[in-house]
Amino acid sequence: MKALSIDNLRKTYKGGFEALKGIDLDVEEGDFFALLGPNGAGKSTTIGIISSLVNKTEGRVSVFGYDLDTQLVELKRQIGLVPQEFNFNQFETVRQIVVNQAGYYGVPRQVARERSEHYLKQLGLWDKRDNPARMLSGGMKRRLMIARALLHEPRLLILDEPTAGVDIELRRSMWDYLEEINKQGITIILTTHYLEEAETLCRNIAIIDQGTIVENTSIKRLLTTLNRETFVLDLSRDDEQPIEPSIDGFTVRQMDDHTIEVDVEKSQGLNKVFDQLSAQNIKVLSMRNKANRLEELFVDLVERGRSAKAAAGA
Amino acid sequence: MTSSYNFTALKTIWIKECTRFLRIWIQTLVPPAITMTLYFVIFGSIVGERIGDMSGRPYMEFIVPGLIMMSVITNSYSNVASSFFSAKFQHNIEEMLVAPVSTPVIIAGYVGGGLVRALIVAVIVTLVSFTFVENVSINHAGILVLTVVLTSTLFSLAGLINAIYAKTFDDISIVPTFILTPLTYLGGVFFSVSLLPGIWETVARANPVLYMVNAFRYGFLGVSDVAISSALTVIIAFNLVFFITAYTLLQRGVGIRS
Repeated sequence: MKALSIDNLRKTYKGGFEALKGIDLDVEEGDFFALLGPNGAGKSTTIGIISSLVNKTEGRVSVFGYDLDTQLVELKRQIGLVPQEFNFNQFETVRQIVVNQAGYYGVPRQVARERSEHYLKQLGLWDKRDNPARMLSGGMKRRLMIARALLHEPRLLILDEPTAGVDIELRRSMWDYLEEINKQGITIILTTHYLEEAETLCRNIAIIDQGTIVENTSIKRLLTTLNRETFVLDLSRDDEQPIEPSIDGFTVRQMDDHTIEVDVEKSQGLNKVFDQLSAQNIKVLSMRNKANRLEELFVDLVERGRSAKAAAGA
Repeated sequence: MTSSYNFTALKTIWIKECTRFLRIWIQTLVPPAITMTLYFVIFGSIVGERIGDMSGRPYMEFIVPGLIMMSVITNSYSNVASSFFSAKFQHNIEEMLVAPVSTPVIIAGYVGGGLVRALIVAVIVTLVSFTFVENVSINHAGILVLTVVLTSTLFSLAGLINAIYAKTFDDISIVPTFILTPLTYLGGVFFSVSLLPGIWETVARANPVLYMVNAFRYGFLGVSDVAISSALTVIIAFNLVFFITAYTLLQRGVGIRS
């Protein structure tokens, strides 16, 4: 079953700005789906329309078969939304915020209080339950928004940049939590600027730019289209002199006396690089990708999409 | 959504609203007591003794219902206007908008909050009036309760409409300052409209607040410048118009959805 189905979705804001230009998107039940795009691409507008915070101009949206136009109440019950901005009342306590949110979904107060204990404990906020939300750290506020979105037990969780401004340790613990609830059956749609996050968590991905979907596929398949990667190599040699190796057939950039960047085509392989370095008595101390692989693809796809549009316009 | 879901959502908004104004009781419940005490002292005790009777009642007694109603109007209006606008401003209105809460439930929840605050303030001001007026009698309890509930509802709805349109905090203070206060002062709180000369009495009768103050005064003292049936008709009609307006605006997403 499709958790989300979007057909020819368009949004033109007052003033004529066309945020969405007829996008189509399907997300299967149980998926962990990434919606990526540069700022202003249309991600938040799409999420806003799905969660009925933004009125669409044209098109159809359905969530687990419930139509946005004709079955709005049932559709809303399926969705838990974690927005980009902190949008809770900063003067309410942590527990009031989550219990009230459940109340809006018709969850009886007693049930909501019991569930709040469960989710606040899972997200490490139970000790803060009686604190006003304004007293929480940024990371705690992010977790509070996740707890709030889960209290009515939705089937589809939409997270709009949930780990923005969150430190690495907390981000990874949030990833673990999201993976865990996804395994329990909750479909997750995630927008993020951390492409590593999408690569780590998500199975499928759509890239949106200037109101159109420029790619919609599985992460695995997308990564196979990557033709070239750049590696950073830290080198050493017994004589401790500056190392400036020559590696035939590869583009090499010298970063400092002991570090180089090498562009490697998918067809070339790394063995030739190592062989040539060994022949020059150079040891490779460490090696890493220069950029996240998905990041390179993302930039490439967005640039290709824009070039194609520019060419069509010309 | 079934009626039990709707009731739970309504109760949630209502509890949230009541918790909000009770949390800041020094800003919401104490000022009316102080302001009305000053009115009683200045207009009742000091000026009132020189005025004598009005509509066959001592002046101090005459102004009690009007002052209670003035507090009810101001507090019901400002409660909903400030609460709803704050929710818009801080974006926590989105908590409700993403949930399956129907528009009538949102309206009823906010109006319910305004109503409770207005009733609490009405009780506080009534208790304050007891320290200045020895014999405050209630002639028509039913009319009294009906009027205060309908008036609170009416101005809660008005505050909601104001907040829906408001874009800045200034926008929610313009209406109370430039419309509500003049209408209230000219609505027969401190005088009987029968004292106004010719055309001005006719003009005064176009002021809806006059009907609310007089219906409430009738419930308290049994005297009124207007027929009670007319007064209740006007109040109910305004309630219907304001409810339909608020409903239409929220359904269309005016001020809350892009």
